Amino acid sequence: MPTVESNGKAFEVDEDGFIDDYTNWSEEWVQLVKKEEGIDELNDEHQKVIKVLREYYEKNGIAPMVRVLSKVTGFKLKHIYELFPSGPGKGACKMAGLPKPTGCV
Amino acid sequence: MAKHETPLLDQLETGPWPSFVTDIKREAESRAKNENNVDFQIPADVCEDLLGVLELSFKHGRTHWKHGGIVGVFGYGGGVIGRYCDQPEAFPSVAHFHTVRVAQPAGKYYTADYLKKICDLWERRGSGITNMHGSTGDIIFIGTTTPQLEEIFYELTHNLNQDLGGSGSNLRTPADCIGASRCEYACYDTQALCHDLTVEYQDELHRPAFPYKFKFKFDGCPNCCVASIARSDLSFIGTWKDDIRIDQEAVKAYIGGELKPNGGAHAGRDWGAFDIQKEVVGLCPTGCMRYEDGKLEVNTPECTRCMHCINVMPRALRIGNDRGCSIFAGAKAPILDGAQMGTLIVPFMKVEAPYEEIKEKVIEPIWDWWMEEGKNRERLGELMKRQGLQKLLEMTGLDPDPRMVQEPRSNPYIFWKEDEVEGGWERDVNEYRKHHQR
Repeated sequence: MPTVESNGKAFEVDEDGFIDDYTNWSEEWVQLVKKEEGIDELNDEHQKVIKVLREYYEKNGIAPMVRVLSKVTGFKLKHIYELFPSGPGKGACKMAGLPKPTGCV
Repeated sequence: MAKHETPLLDQLETGPWPSFVTDIKREAESRAKNENNVDFQIPADVCEDLLGVLELSFKHGRTHWKHGGIVGVFGYGGGVIGRYCDQPEAFPSVAHFHTVRVAQPAGKYYTADYLKKICDLWERRGSGITNMHGSTGDIIFIGTTTPQLEEIFYELTHNLNQDLGGSGSNLRTPADCIGASRCEYACYDTQALCHDLTVEYQDELHRPAFPYKFKFKFDGCPNCCVASIARSDLSFIGTWKDDIRIDQEAVKAYIGGELKPNGGAHAGRDWGAFDIQKEVVGLCPTGCMRYEDGKLEVNTPECTRCMHCINVMPRALRIGNDRGCSIFAGAKAPILDGAQMGTLIVPFMKVEAPYEEIKEKVIEPIWDWWMEEGKNRERLGELMKRQGLQKLLEMTGLDPDPRMVQEPRSNPYIFWKEDEVEGGWERDVNEYRKHHQR
């Protein structure tokens, strides 16, 4: 597995750049990957989405369906794409440190 | 000399049919020669490594593609499917081998110039291997690397006036038959409806928000050339309400042998004289036809638009004039439950731009229900099975119709709701006792 580094902190990632283990997530991780997901500066709305994703995952062991994410955050899908241009599955889940969503075919 | 020995794959070339192995070998050879001096953006020997990894999979009896992979382009959640090889050291040129889905034009009409351009794009930025077309109908580009994705997307959208198709839990690229453009059986303009809904539902197509995939398919007539009834969550099949138009002179010409049945499709062999009784009337599934005293008659209320008689005698029989479509819901391939065919939910609806009735009375209420109630990875057909047709009718406001029922029910219990029963559940016992002793 390749390793990426930020401020002396190392993260193991898979080929899509997802973190190897949910528990290794930290604020540095978010700062590290935001650029490759097309985000310049993080605002409160980004943080809210990430927080909701992490809380849902901790409780349920799975990422929420997009509709649920939209409902809980109160953000329409279009707005989620404005926040995370690479989408909720790729961008937001990656930044929240969730495992890679599977079976998108 | 090939990069990898492929004895197992070579056997696939020995059969009587064209082989994909031969195709990939030809592409490998062409890339190695590179006579057009293409500035390859991914490794030139990608096709060699593709054959190599496939040979290894055949040898091991299991795949060497990893499960999953999530890649995409900014702004879209679908359209690209991530593929990674689990033997990247042995086959470095296919370490990344992503699939790109490109929306096909309605009716799959192309100009040669357009085909050349998309092939040139794919030769340069991908493996050069395409699948025309995937099962859903898209143009499939097979095999490229992550850094090429945004470049491909830019070129498609800016230079080729083209867009990505659907993948993931979204509306898949809608597909249609050639319809009214070349076929006299078309009961509505399939290309117009397919295009209109594709444009209307761009958000649903590119940004997955559904419980699972969702497919629209459009067939102009019940011949169902795109098999919408078997393959799409919502299938729109052309039909008509009035009589089949009969040209009795042409009927006689078929019987007399001047016109060939099925447009001459059975010409390769002598099948004997055309026998209208045996080949048309006798094969009518509902027995709604008769041929007597030189006259062919159809009892329209019994006709199920099976198309057989029209297919055999297209010059003599034509679709009616009062045309529209029937809508079927819930077809799917087996994943959770078995394969299902679509269930009739709208026996007849006019198909007229801007298609508000179809959008507002059928598509959107169904989506609202499915998005609210559908479980993760539950197709519409599975939700219909789980909650029942009754629920679907309630959520869409469609009126129940005997034509929605395939066979008489074996279970006699009907669960009425209070508002469906006159007077509700309240009863006056004294009034009841006047007519019924204790």
